[in-house]
Amino acid sequence: MAGKIITISSGKGGVGKTTITANIGLGLAMLGARVICIDADIGLRNLDVMLGLENRIVYDIINYIEGRCRFRQALVRDKRFPELFMMPAAQTRAKDAISIEQMKSVAHEAAQMVDYVLIDSPAGIEHGFRCASAPAELVLVVANPEIASVRDADRVVGLLEAETNTPARLIINRIKPEMVQRKEMLAPEDVVDMLAIDLIGLIPEDPEILTASNRGNPIVLNNGSPAGKAFLDISRRLQGEDVPFAPLKPPSFFQRLLGSH
Amino acid sequence: MEEMALTLKGTQQGIVLRPLSDSWDDVLQGLENALQDAEAFFRGGRLIAEMGRQELTKEKLASLRAILDRYDMELWAVLSDNEQTIHTARTHGLRTRLPGETVGMLPKDQSIAVATPPDVTPSGGARPDPGEYALVVQRTLRSGQSIKYPGHVILVGDVNPGAEIIAGGHIIVWGKMRGLAHAGALGDEHALICAIELTPAQLRIAGYFGRPPESRRRKLAPETARVSEGTIVVEPWHTRK
Ligand SMILES: Nc1ncnc2c1ncn2[C@@H]1O[C@H](COP(=O)(O)OP(=O)(O)OP(=O)(O)O)[C@@H](O)[C@H]1O
Ligand SMILES: [Mg+2]
Repeated sequence: MAGKIITISSGKGGVGKTTITANIGLGLAMLGARVICIDADIGLRNLDVMLGLENRIVYDIINYIEGRCRFRQALVRDKRFPELFMMPAAQTRAKDAISIEQMKSVAHEAAQMVDYVLIDSPAGIEHGFRCASAPAELVLVVANPEIASVRDADRVVGLLEAETNTPARLIINRIKPEMVQRKEMLAPEDVVDMLAIDLIGLIPEDPEILTASNRGNPIVLNNGSPAGKAFLDISRRLQGEDVPFAPLKPPSFFQRLLGSH
Repeated sequence: MEEMALTLKGTQQGIVLRPLSDSWDDVLQGLENALQDAEAFFRGGRLIAEMGRQELTKEKLASLRAILDRYDMELWAVLSDNEQTIHTARTHGLRTRLPGETVGMLPKDQSIAVATPPDVTPSGGARPDPGEYALVVQRTLRSGQSIKYPGHVILVGDVNPGAEIIAGGHIIVWGKMRGLAHAGALGDEHALICAIELTPAQLRIAGYFGRPPESRRRKLAPETARVSEGTIVVEPWHTRK
């Protein structure tokens, strides 16, 4: 049976798509699934860095499409999980170097090999987004709890509904519980209410996410942290587990004293 | 205000233009002004020129089309009692009678199908007012999406920020209205905007603008907006008995 193709999109840039792709990809691998993560952000590749696989790249997705290498050769195997692979984007090419049909065929080929194919979409709602979402059976729409991001996510959901009718689930990223408590930030309920799609993940703001990404060791590997747990929970939900949403708590007085928030 | 040179009315079949002035130049000028004012609404639509006894010569027809072209509109039909006008229209490939079957008049980028309204024939006794047709849409209208329709629009669902409804008649939202609503977009000041939660980015009725006060709480209480004494007023539903 072919694996499930899932695209991570947002409309607005910088809301955490690549971070989420890396962490969910690893999370699924930690749960024993076989996974290929495809970086569809042609010209702005990042996923390799976040997964710590940058220095292992030989070929990329464009090389494969142009017939310069075999499918397997364009995959980079993860150093921690032998059943996790990444297909890098080309760094030197323009966004339109790949067509929708080509992206579909790459994704379907990948789905023959593994249980999950995760596609990291570029920002925007143009060609790159359309390419990345075209093969998807499910789109994870990422929003930050701020008006502009929610509106762009809404745009994405609308386009998906109108054009491909692909189901969408919502991930709210960078939630600061203490700000929500002070009513300085949109509450997750407000975001869900507006977008009217099912929630699949709530991820708190955590500066460790950045340092972990920079080191190529995504935070999901650190199960003790709330953000790491949030990513693993999403991976579980994708596998069909019914994981309740833990309420996000503001950091305690001591945590704040220790300066970790 | 000057004497009206024409009327424009949204119908199921298209925008109906009826010249009031005998001066064709005035009619064209009035049309141009109206198109400019509500460009977003008219763009891509089609026009029915209801000429009455006024003659529509080849020259008049060409000048009308020249204006419509600029707004990406189509001259679709010419209705007239004048033999010569009917002939001219026919030789230019225009309809001179409206088809019995009605088709929705929506700009090309709209994907909403419009059903043919049934023929309402009031039966027996005192004739009840048959009412007016409306476009009913059931879905969430999301950022970047819009509905433009010459008649009334009823939306069962929410209108999210960044979405818009532009209607020739009333706008009734059975849900939250958080986007932009323009009722009476063809100039009808009696048009209403009703919603279960009326917290729009902006309201327009005919040529009037309104914005809800910044401090408005989101409360789920039906409200109605209408034009009263030159401004848009918003009233809770229960006071409008
Ligand atoms: N929950 C979080 N807490 C703190 N920082 C975060 C969180 N999620 C993402 N970030 C940071 O936000 C930045 C942008 O994240 P990322 O590159 O994943 O976004 P993106 O949506 O892929 O961006 P682009 O649209 O440019 O592809 C990164 O520096 C990342 O470390
Ligand atoms: Mg990215």
